[in-house]
Amino acid sequence: MLKIENLHVSVGDKPILKGINLQVKAGEIHAIMGPNGSGKSTLSHVLSGKAGYEITQGSITYQGKDLTEMPPEIRAREGIFLAFQYPVEIPGVSNIYLLKAALNAVRKHHGQPEVDAMDFLTLVKHKVKLLEMDEKFLYRAVNEGFSGGEKKRNEILQMAILEPKLCILDETDSGLDIDALKVVADGVNSLRSPDRSFVMITHYQRLLDYIKPDFVHVLAHGQIVKSGGPELALELEEKGYSWLEGQVAA
Amino acid sequence: MSTVTTSRYVTEYDAIAAKLPGQNLPWLQQLRKDALARFSANGFPSPREEEWRYTNVSAIEKKLFSPVLGFVSHPNLQTVDADWLKSQQLEDAWSVVLVNGHFSIDHSKLDGLPEDISIMSIADALVGAKNFSPLLETYLGRAVNIAEHSLIAFNTAWFTDGVFVYVPAKQVLAKPIQLLNIVTEADAMATTRNLVIVAENAEAQVIETFAGLNDAYLTATVTEVFVDQNAQLTLYKLQTESEKAYHFGGTYVKQAKDARFTHHNFAFGGLLARCDIHTELDQASECELNGLYLGVKRQHLDNHTRINHLKPHAISREMYKGVLDDRARGVFQGRVIVAEDAQKTDSLMNNRNLLLSNEAEADTKPQLEIYADDVKCGHGVTVGQLDEKSIFYLQSRCVDEETARNMLTFAFANEMVDKIKIKSLHDKVLEQVLARFPQEGVEKDWL
Repeated sequence: MLKIENLHVSVGDKPILKGINLQVKAGEIHAIMGPNGSGKSTLSHVLSGKAGYEITQGSITYQGKDLTEMPPEIRAREGIFLAFQYPVEIPGVSNIYLLKAALNAVRKHHGQPEVDAMDFLTLVKHKVKLLEMDEKFLYRAVNEGFSGGEKKRNEILQMAILEPKLCILDETDSGLDIDALKVVADGVNSLRSPDRSFVMITHYQRLLDYIKPDFVHVLAHGQIVKSGGPELALELEEKGYSWLEGQVAA
Repeated sequence: MSTVTTSRYVTEYDAIAAKLPGQNLPWLQQLRKDALARFSANGFPSPREEEWRYTNVSAIEKKLFSPVLGFVSHPNLQTVDADWLKSQQLEDAWSVVLVNGHFSIDHSKLDGLPEDISIMSIADALVGAKNFSPLLETYLGRAVNIAEHSLIAFNTAWFTDGVFVYVPAKQVLAKPIQLLNIVTEADAMATTRNLVIVAENAEAQVIETFAGLNDAYLTATVTEVFVDQNAQLTLYKLQTESEKAYHFGGTYVKQAKDARFTHHNFAFGGLLARCDIHTELDQASECELNGLYLGVKRQHLDNHTRINHLKPHAISREMYKGVLDDRARGVFQGRVIVAEDAQKTDSLMNNRNLLLSNEAEADTKPQLEIYADDVKCGHGVTVGQLDEKSIFYLQSRCVDEETARNMLTFAFANEMVDKIKIKSLHDKVLEQVLARFPQEGVEKDWL
């Protein structure tokens, strides 16, 4: 699904990622943990194609294709979905319009006809119910005036409609109370499937209580300093990050 | 001290004066005489004046536009394409047409208008139709004075016709009234003076639309509005003049106690367009001023608003938005004045500008003058480009960059379009917005 090899990324002259290696196979859930400033968000932005990052070395391959030259919207249409840490408010564009525009862009990309208006509405309403959202959110402007929890739910709704192959969750648990976290986690869990992979970027282990990862990686100073199973997250919870940060470039 | 050379318009005035309406009315003769004297002394406004510092109108003096005279209420419309004219008229409104500054009864649609509501040529009203002359004497020039600026003096001295609208007390109009202003001749000037009176407890909606054939011409129009106690008026202005035209339009409003006035200003057309909206608020009255200016190519669109809180407990809300592309320039000068007596005033003014090109320019100048001590007044202005974070967010949701930019631009403008309560007008304005900006990927059935 996704293969990152010796990835070096700079912002301006400042190197942020310094040789990341990561392989994600279909159906796997990987958690990337690390302290603030370790490069977690940079990794998610580089994967989704945000401007302002320079890849100085290494490669990113997604489903056998070189990702680095692909514009963000093509990555998205190819099945990469970034759930934002801070979803952006878009006044004047309704949620349902964006959902429809996005879904149709994906379908067009794959040579499929536009979705039928009635079928679309049925699909959206079904997913909205699943995420315990109010239907009126569909007709409001994208994320405008939404609470933190509502924004994150909205991200998962978009994910549920677009059915991506690789989901990157960037600090999805931040700003969520425990009830909202459960709803979001249930939404993610319901999307787990043998041909869909997840990369969860998180500071805390809390999210991992609800979405069980197959692998946990620790990112520090732009490198993955330790990888392991879910038990590694518990160890981090107990000991913090400092015992690992010494291992950089060891 | 600089001397003002006499305007060429003044030298031409004697030749046309006799053909202007109201010759038999001494009060109007005096008003016109004073206005002419004022204009002769000052000429057109100069960029040295604070209220005109962003807008240079010297082209009007250079071009010398001429009034179209020789008829009163039956202008020759053979040259106007009937389909084009029809496309400008709103289906669900009573409409009157002004051609080259003259009321055309032939093209007006007033079927079913209740008898006690008057919508007529102001020239006719002045010559005594239905005995409105004393009323006109009382109201004309009372919402705006010739001392305001010299284009007001110009309009007062030169106006050829206009529309007089009178909605008597307690009448609630079933349909909006459209005042359709069109100019069909090159180098013509259309100087119209309108008077709208909405009496106590009455309710009305009026739509002023401006359009012209693809020529250079001048529109210089003034609308005086009186909204009496507890009455309501919603006034829309859709300015889609030709791209070579000059447009100067002023709307001057007096609101009595508890009166509500809402204005929606869509400034889309013209090479150089200036729009003034002034309102005076009496006790517990409310006003809402909305505006959207869309400039492309080398358009210059200037909008001035003045909200004068004279008495306590009045509320004013203002939101003006501008989208400027190419080398267009947008100007917003908004003044809110709160008199010493106007305690508990609640006022909010906003101006947001979106620049789509590096050569586009927005000048914004909000002014608050507060003389009372117990008031709530706020204002905010922004000038910026499309938000890169929003563009990336849309791209990450499969939307290509160009469509994302179009969606965000359209969404920015659409907020103002969405405020329109009249279906046919809403669709017409929407069509105009889409015609002015690339809308690849933006669907018309915006959900």
